[in-house]
Amino acid sequence: MITSLKNIFNDTGTITRFMARFFSELLHRPFEMKEFLRQCYFIGYKTLPLVGITGFIMGLVLTLQTRPTLAGFGAESWLPGMVALSLVREIAPVITALICAGKISSGIGAELGSMKVTEQIDAMEVSGINPYKYLVVTRVLATTLMVPLLVFFADAIGMAGGYAGINIHSDVNLYRYSSQVLESLDYIDVIPPTIKSFFFGFFIGSIGCYKGFTAANGTESVGKAANASVVSASLAIFIIDMLAVQITDLFM
Amino acid sequence: MNNEVTIPATGQVTTDKETIVLIEGLYKSFGEDNPVLKGVALTVKKGENLVLLGRSGSGKSIIIKCIAGLVTYDQGSIQVMGTEINGLTNQQLNELRLKMGFLFQNAALYDSMTVRENLAFPLKRHSPEKTEQEVTEAITAELESVGLAEAIDKMPSELSGGMRKRVGLARTLILNPLLMLYDEPTTGLDTITSREISELILQIQQKNKTSSIIITHDMACARLTGDRIVILENGIIHAEGTYDELAQSKDTWVRSFFT
Ligand SMILES: Nc1ncnc2c1ncn2[C@@H]1O[C@H](COP(=O)(O)OP(=O)(O)OP(=O)(O)O)[C@@H](O)[C@H]1O
Ligand SMILES: [Mg+2]
Repeated sequence: MITSLKNIFNDTGTITRFMARFFSELLHRPFEMKEFLRQCYFIGYKTLPLVGITGFIMGLVLTLQTRPTLAGFGAESWLPGMVALSLVREIAPVITALICAGKISSGIGAELGSMKVTEQIDAMEVSGINPYKYLVVTRVLATTLMVPLLVFFADAIGMAGGYAGINIHSDVNLYRYSSQVLESLDYIDVIPPTIKSFFFGFFIGSIGCYKGFTAANGTESVGKAANASVVSASLAIFIIDMLAVQITDLFM
Repeated sequence: MNNEVTIPATGQVTTDKETIVLIEGLYKSFGEDNPVLKGVALTVKKGENLVLLGRSGSGKSIIIKCIAGLVTYDQGSIQVMGTEINGLTNQQLNELRLKMGFLFQNAALYDSMTVRENLAFPLKRHSPEKTEQEVTEAITAELESVGLAEAIDKMPSELSGGMRKRVGLARTLILNPLLMLYDEPTTGLDTITSREISELILQIQQKNKTSSIIITHDMACARLTGDRIVILENGIIHAEGTYDELAQSKDTWVRSFFT
């Protein structure tokens, strides 16, 4: 028990140092532009379909679930606004981040883990190339920028799902639906979740990289690295979410 | 420390252009209860192939990883071309690494890149002034010298173990290293391919007067490539000599390597 607690603190210490190194390396040239763009493509573009499908289903389900409750108060006209609010504030960022933890964080963990195990990272180092810069900085920056974009995308698709959900039971035209949605959203509803998404992205990328970089020798540790990435990243997402709620509360 | 056996006084050494690697009293342990190196001492002269033998897990790979600055050592000194490895800044270390080539046990090709990109990756970074065409020419020439010109656009996953080793070799040679570190270059290959790799190692030595440390379990490779052989046991260099000297050693344990 005490040793496992000690391990957790040790881990937190090394992971924090690992993340801090990101910022110091980011400021030093050269910047690996090509690899960064390649990662953005993989992380952003390749996750779009998955995020799109889940976003649509979330919007649809949320609408169908909320409708009876609101109908009970005779407040069905609030439906679009309510769905939009829950999507933008909470559902879309968290669900997207969890999907990214499952797909991207584990992917990075497995990729870097196998590079570590097969000595590719060492090979990079002996040929005078900084593997942290080439592998970690590019990936963490890509996730930090791509996850918020994916969240916006999930917001939009989720609202389309909501529109489909409303039209199952009643007939609302698109113009009225969108004006109701836009009316209900304020800057204060959009900015905190966006900031939160940057943090999600940063942690998804850096936890995957950390687990991959610190994979032990042997092929089974690649699987372990991938697995540990998902677990820690998901946990980090919930913790950040909780902190974010507290912090936004302070300002509202 | 048993450094009085082989090592001349340090002042003499740093000015000695003929000594490429000088290791004195090298200690390395993993945790308190797992000492791996306990005072290793060895030297590599210019243009010399040194073969490093030893049982699995005796710490052979650790020694060359210390030389390449991949692993830090606890005590002792490693000088490569007169420069002490411990205490170098990252940039100084990278400059020194440019003069070293490292062939990893499983070649360590970047598996997300084609063979061409694998070779271009270090080259472009260290010679950014080279044009696309010069880079291609250098890559083709290097692949030809290891007999793999036709594999240039393949992915590492499409190559056999022997081909991967040769591509790995080409990738390190493209930077013209003065010191080559080979980690089990022939392990896992058939006798004919092993022989081809050993001959490549000899060619490299002759072409550029490159010095090498060759870790191997393959006695045919040791015999063919080694000018001198050292055996690592219990964390120290246990025996040293030419292939024939060691093969006829009075020590039965040493002789057991050669049967
Ligand atoms: N990262 C590490 N953490 C802990 N112990 C390690 C580590 N790397 C190596 N060791 C230990 O160092 C010892 C020597 O390892 P090394 O890889 O140098 O062996 P080797 O002589 O190259 O063996 P082989 O011929 O099988 O490659 C091993 O017994 C291993 O337990
Ligand atoms: Mg080894």
